[in-house]
Amino acid sequence: MSQIDMSAPPMVRFRNVSKAFGDLVVLDDLNLDVQPNEKVAIIGPSGSGKSTLLRVLMTLETIDSGVIEVDGEPLWHMRRGDKLVPASRGHLREMRKKIGMVFQQFNLFPHMTVLRNVTEAPIHVLGLSKEEARARAVELLEMVGLGDKLDSYPANLSGGQQQRVGIARALAMRPKVMLFDEVTSALDPELVGEVLTVMRRLAEEHDLTMLMVTHEMGFAREIADRVCFFDSGRIAEEGPPSVIFSDPKQDRTRAFLSAVLNSQ
Amino acid sequence: MIFDWDFAYSILPNLVDAVWVTIAATFWGFLLALGLGLVLALLRRSRFRLISWPVGFVIEFVRSTPLLVQIYFLYFVLPEFGLVMSPFLTGVIALGVHYAAYTSEVYRAGIDGVPKGQWEACVALDLSPYRTMRSVIVPQAIPPVVPALGNYLVAMFKDTPMLSAITVLELLQTAKIIGSQTFRYLEPLTMVGVIFLLLSLVASMMVRLVERRLAPAQSSPLLDYTK
Repeated sequence: MSQIDMSAPPMVRFRNVSKAFGDLVVLDDLNLDVQPNEKVAIIGPSGSGKSTLLRVLMTLETIDSGVIEVDGEPLWHMRRGDKLVPASRGHLREMRKKIGMVFQQFNLFPHMTVLRNVTEAPIHVLGLSKEEARARAVELLEMVGLGDKLDSYPANLSGGQQQRVGIARALAMRPKVMLFDEVTSALDPELVGEVLTVMRRLAEEHDLTMLMVTHEMGFAREIADRVCFFDSGRIAEEGPPSVIFSDPKQDRTRAFLSAVLNSQ
Repeated sequence: MIFDWDFAYSILPNLVDAVWVTIAATFWGFLLALGLGLVLALLRRSRFRLISWPVGFVIEFVRSTPLLVQIYFLYFVLPEFGLVMSPFLTGVIALGVHYAAYTSEVYRAGIDGVPKGQWEACVALDLSPYRTMRSVIVPQAIPPVVPALGNYLVAMFKDTPMLSAITVLELLQTAKIIGSQTFRYLEPLTMVGVIFLLLSLVASMMVRLVERRLAPAQSSPLLDYTK
């Protein structure tokens, strides 16, 4: 597994980030540093703001206050002299290139073939030629075990296959940070394994910073460098999986884990 | 008065000529309505209010005024500003613009019907607003609204007799002329009605055919407009 340099500047940094939907506070003065190559699993009860954390990173939701930095640059702001001003659309578009996301509901483009799902953005955003984009897509689709499905449409694939296309599509943009938002939650139980296998390979073989919101505790324990237990918009407890899963300090963490592990 | 079949047969060639004018006006008018309607629908979604508001106003204005008034306006008022067009071209533009206001609303419904996740995937892949619309949203927005667009095709077809008001020699105008020359209105007007009925049925069938071809929206390569 790739090494994590704890002295390197963080790849993702949340500084006092808050976000509310009306009266509901989903991110409450959140601080979080994620090192390059680090694999962070985010667990916690539903409605605790786990997904929002990923969604503000992908710029799908705005933040109310605080600063998020990705790869040393503010995400929702731009530096102007010493001051931070709100990000322009151009700045957001540049920053998004560093980040890829895989969705719970896959969100594949249903009217495009698998191949075109994976080549569309590299061609039109990165400016790759059709041949380059195709070569990149074929390589990625083979890596996720779908080298024979290039010309299929998403509707003709199983959920697990669709989600693997979703992973290949995000990777085709060569992001530095990959966000996985409950990527196995919409899958039939027997299809979860194939997606986790792909993610495991990614974690082991690629220099990628990964943030994963997941309910797969066994998986989190196996591949995460760090587990963050999220509750009420804050990280209530964090640490290596061996500690969080075996010896949690907080009552809330213990209560959550025993509830989840008993139901699995 | 009884229906004179020989007379009917004798005026048939005139009416057949006029059918082509009616069909041509419908074809070009609908083409304009489809294209302009999509442009209006997209402009109305613009994040610049300087664009979206005026466009919204124009759509509401066109939808809230009678087609006949618009036809007269284009035909009688525009020449006073130096813009003179043939009756046929005037008619095509009037039909096209009028129905564009309606099709733009249909497109809007189609665009609103595309799941939020599709937009989010476009953001995550950093697609530009143009590319998002062209590659992802519009190709998914149109197939579900083909039936609604088809209804407007038939409706527009049935509105072409209004062009007789500005001397376009379409079906109704031709029938009127035959009537005023021969003092027989029963045959020409009956035939106009029957021709409209037949052509409307054909148009409806064509719309249903297109619908059926678009039906397997999830897997049909036909939908790959951008290739």
